[in-house]
Amino acid sequence: MEFSKEDVRKVARLANLNLNEAEVDRMAHDMGEVLTHMEQLSTLDTSNVQPMAQVLFDAPATASLREDVIRKRTLLGTEEALRNAALSGAGHFKVPRVIER
Amino acid sequence: MQNLASFTIAQVKEGLRSKQFSALELAREAVRFAEAENPKTNAYLTFSPELAESAALEIDAKLARGEDIGLLGGVPIAVKDVLSTKGVRTTCASRMLENYVPAYDATAVEKLKAAGALIVGKANCDEFAMGSSNENSAYGPVRNPVSLDRVPGGSSGGSAAVVAQGTAVASLGSDTGGSIRQPASFCGVVGVTPTYGRVSRYGLVAFASSLDHVGPLARNVSDAATVLQAIAGRDELDATSAFAPVDDYLKEMRKPVQGMKIGIPKEYFEGLEAETGDKIYAGLEVLKKLGCEVKEVSLPHTPYAISCYYIICTAEASSNLARYDGVRYTARVEAATLNEMYSRTRGELFGMECKRRIMLGTYVLSHGYYDAYYLKAQKVRTLIAGDFSNALEGVDALVAPVSPFPAFKIGEKMADPMQMYLSDIYTITGDLAGIPCMSVPCGKTAAGLPVGMQIFSGHFRESTMFRLAYAFEQAGGVA
Repeated sequence: MEFSKEDVRKVARLANLNLNEAEVDRMAHDMGEVLTHMEQLSTLDTSNVQPMAQVLFDAPATASLREDVIRKRTLLGTEEALRNAALSGAGHFKVPRVIER
Repeated sequence: MQNLASFTIAQVKEGLRSKQFSALELAREAVRFAEAENPKTNAYLTFSPELAESAALEIDAKLARGEDIGLLGGVPIAVKDVLSTKGVRTTCASRMLENYVPAYDATAVEKLKAAGALIVGKANCDEFAMGSSNENSAYGPVRNPVSLDRVPGGSSGGSAAVVAQGTAVASLGSDTGGSIRQPASFCGVVGVTPTYGRVSRYGLVAFASSLDHVGPLARNVSDAATVLQAIAGRDELDATSAFAPVDDYLKEMRKPVQGMKIGIPKEYFEGLEAETGDKIYAGLEVLKKLGCEVKEVSLPHTPYAISCYYIICTAEASSNLARYDGVRYTARVEAATLNEMYSRTRGELFGMECKRRIMLGTYVLSHGYYDAYYLKAQKVRTLIAGDFSNALEGVDALVAPVSPFPAFKIGEKMADPMQMYLSDIYTITGDLAGIPCMSVPCGKTAAGLPVGMQIFSGHFRESTMFRLAYAFEQAGGVA
């Protein structure tokens, strides 16, 4: 199937992915090729088949539920949690200004 | 320590027990050797001498007190760089995480440490585990130690290369569509993808959550089984982690294979290179001599597997990789607005294969296309998983090739992503079905390139798979 450069730009916007012109060209070609291959699935009758979201879980669906209490093992303090921040300050992640005053 | 490069777990333990070396000496020598050898293959991205030495000191203290040193006590092990290691840089072979240092250990890593392993360093891989050749690493490709102008396979290429090269006794990899088994086959080592949920995914940087598996690579079946024994089991931090009790693999592995029934999926012997096919058939002859019964079976939906897999894995990847937005994970490309910052950070710091998968995944999940692609693929997944349940009803295990061809030249398949995707045809099905599967060395081609034989078994029947692989290995495999 044809996947146009305009199609690429639209999907890239949805994915928050900045692509340069060369990448847009390459992506249009590659996605066209891969999606053409994927069209073969439409030839398969799946009208009576249930979709599989999870391949295997060997216990009742609620088995992983737990009491809503603090789990020490996964607790990070603010400092630890911010250690990998691109930019932080005053105990927060900092991002470019979103709201103008 | 002349044998360092060929050490098995048993030899490490014997060396420690008989005081040929201390764990600290071994840790220092293992890191020194790995660092010295690394320029040949680029298999390690980061070394962790402090981690290895501090673990070694504990082992030596235990030895001095006459205590048990654990299943992996003193064993030098490498960890794929998509598994979080507390205090040790975890890059996922991406520029996006070049300076990311996790605040916690993955459960599999925590279990390695608890079993006494000496973690030597972090193994190179394809960026975010996306690739079949290890050429998608932002830090350069890994070279196959068997033939340095060839790829080691991917995405766990570094994990396979360090084991083949002898710069670790064993390693951890991850497998979403064949990323443990295919590099194991290309490098001539053993690689195991356990049942989905058998090993916790907590701390494994997510690529495609319904398909991601953690598993071991090692130089023999017994070592691979030992590492799996150490890392398997229920973990409440991974909601999909399995409850089933973990078998004693080392005990089960030694049971005889006489009378075991093996299915040969006929679809897996179409379209592979003749030399690879010859080796697998020779492997089947070895199994027959051991008393196994071999019969043909069919997995009729195999031709749809590549499409099914690349829809599901890209959809899940596009969602999982949304978190890399320039806020929480170290790297940011500055821009005036928030949206521009997101887009530029992602555009400049993800490599081409990650971008391609984010794009495909975003497209197949987008409004108006969801039913035709994602929902359809989930239904086809049901059919593919059903093929395996049907085939495994009459037999104990399935035997097939791992890859249609042995290790290819670096650069040979990079121009055409579809060709690269098609090379995963025999491995992605095991992940889609969530069944245990492994690659065991099965001879070499005339050019000296290793061929891997794949064994599949039913859910939680790793023991069956190890039994066959161990008997095959003990019988001498295929020359």
